[in-house]
This record gives sequence, C-alpha cells and structure tokens, in this order.
Amino acid sequence: MARSSYSRQRPMGGGFELFAWYFMRISGLLLVLMALGHIVIMHIINSVEVINYAFVARRWAVPFWRVYDWILLALGVLHGSNGIRVVIDDYVHHRGWRAFCTSALYVLAFVLLVMGTEVLLTFTPGV
Amino acid sequence: MWAWILHRVTGVGVMIFIVIHILDTWLIGFGPEVYDTVMNIYRHPIFRLGEVALVGALLFHALNGLRVILIDFWPEAGLFQKQRQLFQVVVVLFFILYVPVAGYMIWDIIY
Repeated sequence: MARSSYSRQRPMGGGFELFAWYFMRISGLLLVLMALGHIVIMHIINSVEVINYAFVARRWAVPFWRVYDWILLALGVLHGSNGIRVVIDDYVHHRGWRAFCTSALYVLAFVLLVMGTEVLLTFTPGV
Repeated sequence: MWAWILHRVTGVGVMIFIVIHILDTWLIGFGPEVYDTVMNIYRHPIFRLGEVALVGALLFHALNGLRVILIDFWPEAGLFQKQRQLFQVVVVLFFILYVPVAGYMIWDIIY
C-alpha cells in the first residue's frame, strides 16, 4: 500500500505529483486563514438573511474584497479539484473511466475559474 | 483511519458546495432580481442546516489539514503515537470551536 495511515506520502518521482503535493500543503495553509475568514464574515457575523445583491455590491465596491475573493476562488478551485483528482485515482481503476472522470474534472475546474473570474472582473452594480 | 476518512468526506463535501456557490455568485451578473431570488432559496431552513454542516466540514478539514502538514514537515510528529495524539487534539479543538458556532447558527435559524 502506497499510503500511510494519515495522508499521502511525499511523492518520490518529482515532477507534477511532487509539485501537487507541495501545492496542497501551501494552499491548504492559506485556505485555513482565507476560507475560515470568509466563513466567519459571511456565515457567522453576517448570514444568508442579510446577503443580497445590495450587500455584494457594497462589498465588491472595495477592491480589496474582489482581490480576496479571487485568490480564494483560485486556491479553492485548484486545491479542491486536485483533491478530487486524487480521489478519482484511488477509486476509478478502469483506464477509460478514469480518463473520462479526470477530463470532466479539468473542464469543470476551468469553467468555474473562468466564471468566477469573469463575474469578479466585470460586475458593475445597478443593472 | 477515521481522520483519513473524515478528511476525504469533508473535502468532497466542501468541493460540491464550492461548485454550487460559484454558480450562484456568477448569477449576480444577471441583476438584483435573479440574484435575490436565488439567495432566497438559501434562506430555507433545510439549506441553513446544510450551512451549519458546511461550516463543520470546513472546520474539521482545516484542523486535520494542519495536522497533516505538521506530520509531513515535523519528523517527530510522524511517529504513530504522536499522530494519534494530534488527532485527539484535532477532535478536542473541533468541538471547542464548533459547538458554540453551531449553537449560535442554529439559534439564528430559530429566532
């Protein structure tokens, strides 16, 4: 078994797998601060009761929050989709299905990054 | 073993929500009526309970993720006994942080 009891061991061969291994740990550290910060602000201090169009328009009037949200979007999608890639590798053994699932995942991740970036860049309130 | 299973399940769960959440935020480009209609769905009590679960999943994934990083980069923490102790720390921290937060969120749904 290539897996220890707690997590993936540091991949030996270098290349993409080693890069991905480091990326998960570095982005994870940043996401602990940024995703939990986002949760505290949007789901605990505020809540879906007060979040509406006007709320987001006020928030995104401040460039800092657009940058914060874009970094959170990029790190979240990349960390999350790499996690799903590892899960697919673990459970989908048939070559064709694995290629299909992984391709679908990459397309989804790309589309999410484009949609999120587009709305963060182009949103202008008062449509 | 439990740490590994829970890390995986909470990770996939949070990712599913992120997909939905990027789609709903994208809809803000279609104007206030569309966006506020979608936000109204999230105000349903079932979705608000889902929100409480989401916060729990993310908190566990974050705390156990820090444990994984410690184990990977601090050789002493990699010892089996230390891994177990660190998981106990994760569980205790999780409950200390999550019980008041979940309580507050559920209180907010009811009142």
